Amino acid sequence: MDSEHSDAAGGETTALALKILVAGGFGVGKTTLVGAVSEIKPLRTEELLSEAGQLVDDTDGVDQKVTTTVAMDFGRITIRSGLSLYLFGTPGQDRFWFLWDELSQGALGAVVLADTRRLEDCFPAVDYFEHRHIPFVVAVNCFMGSRRYGPQDVSRALDLDRGTPVVLCDARDRDSGKEVLIRLVEYAGRMHTARLLDSVG
Amino acid sequence: MNEDRTGAPHEPGSQWYDGEAGPLVRPYAMTGGRTRSGPAGVRFDLIALVTLDAGAPGMDDDTALGPEHRVLVDLCRTETQSVAELGAGADLPVGVVRVLLGDLLERGCVTVSRPVPPAQLPDERILREVIEGLRAL
Repeated sequence: MDSEHSDAAGGETTALALKILVAGGFGVGKTTLVGAVSEIKPLRTEELLSEAGQLVDDTDGVDQKVTTTVAMDFGRITIRSGLSLYLFGTPGQDRFWFLWDELSQGALGAVVLADTRRLEDCFPAVDYFEHRHIPFVVAVNCFMGSRRYGPQDVSRALDLDRGTPVVLCDARDRDSGKEVLIRLVEYAGRMHTARLLDSVG
Repeated sequence: MNEDRTGAPHEPGSQWYDGEAGPLVRPYAMTGGRTRSGPAGVRFDLIALVTLDAGAPGMDDDTALGPEHRVLVDLCRTETQSVAELGAGADLPVGVVRVLLGDLLERGCVTVSRPVPPAQLPDERILREVIEGLRAL
């Protein structure tokens, strides 16, 4: 890229976009959460597997339908003119891990949505963000009819690092979704400060 | 994006895909076969923001720019767009949007913001603004 151009753009508009990922198992409500808080109807963007998928060669056990693109749903929240938040639902299947690498580049943090009836579905996402030191919160989507667990039970069951917030939520509810995002941004800020202090000490 | 099966080859031995393979797409037909953008080969982030350059030269007599380029420019005309939004708005895969954007950037039609560097969060003031903004939603 022409760096002069991008500098000029930054100086003139100072537009800033931040990225939050919404991860979790298939059907746990990622797109529902994105839709609940987004000011726009969730949009769908397609990434080409042939372009980014060199690492993907193992399609065993995958549904017989193998397409050449993978879709990601995303939404937007405008905080003010020139500052917006983009939420990306990560593709559910493990074979799209390579896309996560791109998505998580420069991400502010992540929400890992969990369903207590099949908690193991969110293990890969928890592992992924822990290993890469990307701040995340676990949001337990309280489905109708699922037994209620406390945040501590979930935290213990997932063997989360100390301090990783666990929030109970209803992914369909805007206020509930907002609360999850607020907890994440607060936590990301704390993590960042702690890291800065570490690097100084 | 278009699911183009109309041009599917029917000669014997050329049916290398079938219904099970999902939609066959030829996205890079719109980029002249190029899969990387510009000589610098920069990969625009999904949330890189694309703004029309006010002083940009007119595109009308630029024959190298196709209809898809113009669609992207038109989308940016109303407001600044992220790469992801452009993909959704133009109904094009992000990979294609990146290549087309590279062309527009080279011609000075648009400016593209740089993504936040990895592991570098915006300052505390911005985060507080985000939290307050979310509360006020």
